[in-house]
Amino acid sequence: MTTLPGSPRPAGPAPAAARTASRLSPRASFAIRRTGRLVTSLLIVVLASFFVVHLVPGDPVRAALGPTAPVALVENTRADLGLDKPVREQFPDYVSGLLRGDLGTSIQTRQEVSEVIASRFPTTLTLASLGFAVALAGALPLGMAAALVARSPRGRAATSVVSGGLGVLIAIPDFLVSVGLIAVFSVWLGLFSPAGWGDAGSSVLPVLGLALGPMAYLARIVQVEMIKVLDSTYMATARAKRLPRRLVLFRHALPNIVTATLTVGGLLLSGLTAGTVVIETVFAVPGMGNTLISAVQTKDYPMIQGVVLVFALMVLAVNLIVDLILITVDPRTSITEG
Amino acid sequence: MKKLLSPAGIAASLGLALLLALALAGPALWGEAATQRAVADRWAPAGSEFHFGTDDLGRDIFARVMAATRLSLLLTLGATAIGVGGGVLVGLTAVVLPRYPRRFLVWIMDMLLAFPWLLLVLFFTVIWGATATGAMLAIGLSGIPNLTRLVYNLAASVSEQDYVRAARVAGAGPVRVLFRHILPNIANPLLVQASASASVTLLAFAGLSFLGLGVQAPEYDWGRLINEGVAHLYTNPMAAIGPGIVIVFAGLVFTLVAEALTDRPGQGLRGVAAAARAAVLPGAAPLPARGAGAGGPGDGADPGGPGDRGPALAEVADLRVAFPDGAGGLVERVRGVSLAVRPGEVVGIVGESGSGKSLTAMALAGLLEAPAVVSARVRRFDDIDLDAPLTRALSKRLGTELGFVFQDPLTSLNPALTIGRQLTEVSRTHLGMSRSRARDRAVAGLEAVGIPEPRRRLGDYPHQFSGGMRQRAMIGMALTGHPRLIIADEPTTALDVTVQKQVLAVLRRAQRSTDAAIVLISHDIALVSGFCDRVVVMKDGEVVEDLDAQHIREQARHPYTRGLIACLPDMRSDRTRPLPVVEDGVPAADPLPGGEPRRPAPGVPTADAGTRSGGSAL
Amino acid sequence: MAALEIENLGIRYGTRSVVAGVSLAVAPGTTVGLVGESGSGKSSIANAAVGLAPVASGDIRVGGASTVGRRAAARAARRRVQLIFQDPFSALDPRMPVGESVAEGTLATGRRWGREERRRRVRELLEQVHVDPDRAGALPGAFSGGQRQRITIARALAGEPEVLIADEVTSALDVSVQSTVLNLLRELQRTLGLSILFISHNLAVVRYISDEIYVMRGGGIVESGPTEALLDAPADPYTAELLGAVPVLGERMTFEEAATP
Repeated sequence: MTTLPGSPRPAGPAPAAARTASRLSPRASFAIRRTGRLVTSLLIVVLASFFVVHLVPGDPVRAALGPTAPVALVENTRADLGLDKPVREQFPDYVSGLLRGDLGTSIQTRQEVSEVIASRFPTTLTLASLGFAVALAGALPLGMAAALVARSPRGRAATSVVSGGLGVLIAIPDFLVSVGLIAVFSVWLGLFSPAGWGDAGSSVLPVLGLALGPMAYLARIVQVEMIKVLDSTYMATARAKRLPRRLVLFRHALPNIVTATLTVGGLLLSGLTAGTVVIETVFAVPGMGNTLISAVQTKDYPMIQGVVLVFALMVLAVNLIVDLILITVDPRTSITEG
Repeated sequence: MKKLLSPAGIAASLGLALLLALALAGPALWGEAATQRAVADRWAPAGSEFHFGTDDLGRDIFARVMAATRLSLLLTLGATAIGVGGGVLVGLTAVVLPRYPRRFLVWIMDMLLAFPWLLLVLFFTVIWGATATGAMLAIGLSGIPNLTRLVYNLAASVSEQDYVRAARVAGAGPVRVLFRHILPNIANPLLVQASASASVTLLAFAGLSFLGLGVQAPEYDWGRLINEGVAHLYTNPMAAIGPGIVIVFAGLVFTLVAEALTDRPGQGLRGVAAAARAAVLPGAAPLPARGAGAGGPGDGADPGGPGDRGPALAEVADLRVAFPDGAGGLVERVRGVSLAVRPGEVVGIVGESGSGKSLTAMALAGLLEAPAVVSARVRRFDDIDLDAPLTRALSKRLGTELGFVFQDPLTSLNPALTIGRQLTEVSRTHLGMSRSRARDRAVAGLEAVGIPEPRRRLGDYPHQFSGGMRQRAMIGMALTGHPRLIIADEPTTALDVTVQKQVLAVLRRAQRSTDAAIVLISHDIALVSGFCDRVVVMKDGEVVEDLDAQHIREQARHPYTRGLIACLPDMRSDRTRPLPVVEDGVPAADPLPGGEPRRPAPGVPTADAGTRSGGSAL
Repeated sequence: MAALEIENLGIRYGTRSVVAGVSLAVAPGTTVGLVGESGSGKSSIANAAVGLAPVASGDIRVGGASTVGRRAAARAARRRVQLIFQDPFSALDPRMPVGESVAEGTLATGRRWGREERRRRVRELLEQVHVDPDRAGALPGAFSGGQRQRITIARALAGEPEVLIADEVTSALDVSVQSTVLNLLRELQRTLGLSILFISHNLAVVRYISDEIYVMRGGGIVESGPTEALLDAPADPYTAELLGAVPVLGERMTFEEAATP
């Protein structure tokens, strides 16, 4: 309602992003920024996974093998891990190992870490992908519908119901959702198997347990974005043209919520990859997450290093994919950091 | 403290009191029952004796849950304190740092943010080991990047405010600015964030203990209790669900605290303002405006222009627009406006902020929606009654014959669609043209408004157009139909004077070539008088005067109009004398807290009492 | 010697140059108007004069002392210029009583103020701008736009500046409030002998208040001169265009056919 007479944009300093990128197209500068970030993140991930062993206070090998292990075994293991060498030799060894796909050997089971990961990675990837697909498929219609309800004349009551419902779903952590799902669908109704993975009956609950929270969260984002879009002047323009409602919604509104949905969706997806750790533990799914938790409990450092590294790489890959989609989808690429 | 009395405030206080009592008294009251082993009672199901049943050593799980309150909350508070403290420290440091170190710090934090939080927690847990303190450190540290970002964003937005710049100009140093300006202004959102983060932390901690990486036996917190209970979900579901409910409850309490702490002073009034904005920019569904048929004792302000009584093309009579005031009543913003526009006529509506001129225009175009409550004795465009539901055919006619140009050209075109797409829509959907014919028409439209290389520019997105060009495109869009009325709401306010003149020239040309009538809304009485045939002056939701544009100076009778004209400096004002003053902004009758930009409409004393018609008339 | 002297000023943000080769002077006790459209760089000049924008080249002098640089002398010189901002709603800290905001302005004097002395000074300043001094304890939210703008003027005066820069101070106000603020500035200038650099996109307002006018475009000065002379016979076509674009009450606007951008 407020009218601001006069010059709207005082000639002040340009926004930070515009300033740094004044000579590049926004798209190119976005690509450059994100590439720089990816490379640096990769470096940090590798460094972190290498140093995790070194940051453990005391003697990691002794901690892993327990106080009763014979000295010779401890010494041997240390030599196996290369921990007897100086750090500046260890790091090149570690990196060249990584490049060859050699992630070391488990302290506890003596298995090749890379083999363990190779056997478990597909399960985790499937779980995460299915979870994300379900979350996305549920969130878009749910969020858009919620926004339309909020905009209807008697929307206030309905809005609080919808927002409240979504809010509660967001607030309940995934492990509790999973426990609830087991309690209802396995214990009470006996519909699905509470544990395992592979067939339809046992896969439903883990996927739901993983997807419900992010779905509710994403639906909220879609709702908020959609309301913002519905309130925008260009939607008033579209309405002033008296276009059919279907056109107004799907041609004018939908493309404008894609960027925000994808940006948040990307964050959720990378969160989802980590969420598999919890879900796999609850449902005894034989994936990487499960492996990670037992490795942490048994202080199996080479295994931890390997799995954490792969998880982190998965996250980076997800971020990269989302960025690529954003670049192609958004005509403005007015995408900002964060 | 009003906010403590809100529903959220009451619920939050009660919940917090309950949690606090449990944390203080829990171990004393239930500590014994929680640790007492009774092999005979092991695996007892939930019932009246044991609310949540017993565990493998026969300990009362309900007692254990109650007794675990203290540890669970302490660990939560510890981790939250680390996260919030670290976030505030790093975030505020970043704000004070010089440019490059600051960017670097923010960059690092952003990078950490890209990693899922759980992964960070696990990483730290590996380092500090799976113990309660290790988990607390891990969760606290992992929360720092997120909170840093938040604090930084809050503080950075405050430090860009003019009042901070003013303090710096006066010579205030960074420390003074930090403590006197930034901290007081971010304190509240920070508190809100801290309690929200406590809620998240609590759940995270439970999750970690649930995974067996947090609190270790024989210690126990809520998460650990769930972990122990899950194994026996088939025999005694309450063993896991009981503590689960308590965790969700505690999480909810922290969320409610956050909700209650949010301060929005003058919420009711802001609600009105927000509602007004929402109504001016309405939602998607074309809903008939609800009017309770006030029809009241309209004294029938002369709807026609001076000297003419020709048949009106568009007309409103006794138009009233009201909004919910947030307290169950209604605030009337347009109060009985009557206005008629004859074919081909150029009418200006002028008024200061809050005069209701834009609402009148929106109502005239039938674009106002809930929560706006619109009523009018007559509201029509040609023979279309805008108060009745529109048939498809009538929508088609409105879509082609009535064009609307909004104030801000930066937001009135859809950023995700090409100009071509937006300019062919009317011809394709309403005139049934083929794609190529519609494109030809769009090219003609752009050509008519003086956009060079129109065919090439059809493929451009709005952001590739300058402000003036976008406003031209908006006018061109109206030309793709068969416009008989173009309503332009402050179409040039966001533009420079020279661009303003170009856009007005385009509008004038469009009017000449189509014979469409124009309603031009503006705060600038000189502009309106220079462009229009007739000028309608509005103030506080009412039409004050209706004047012939060319003789406005001589004809203006109403003291408000005369005041407006007199106090406006123009290229002929006497520079040696003070400007005439309408009457200064006397302290607003009801000062609006929180700085809702409402400029009190100064002016001649009019009956201001009727501004709030507590819903009685409607 | 001029109260404010800008010499060959250049301002750049990163690689983008927003102001280049601007020179202007404000004679003591006069008002100089700086008119131009958005993006012309006029606000950047204001910001540079008080140290809020980086000076890439040239010099800004107040009473002969350079304000450019980090030295204490430059900082002291900068404080003799005070700035009034465009939007009175963001120029006052919503959490700080207006009296304290005005008191903060006294920092710029560089002197130590006693508590009582400062309180008296704040009352005096508020009176000077016609705001009830008894309301010094109220938060900005309790004041109207016009009143807020007067309070920011009081804050600027609290620093006892030699030069006042008014950056679009009436753009955010309704016309009826605008005239009171313009009158106040004139009055203050007379009584306090201030030198004012008045920046605005509104030619009519600039004409009314200024003794001399500089016209800016694209980061440079297009033309300058005494108000009447400049506006009666603009030498530069851009000034003429600006003049022609100002709508005049009751005078039908005419448009030439060539309305290309």
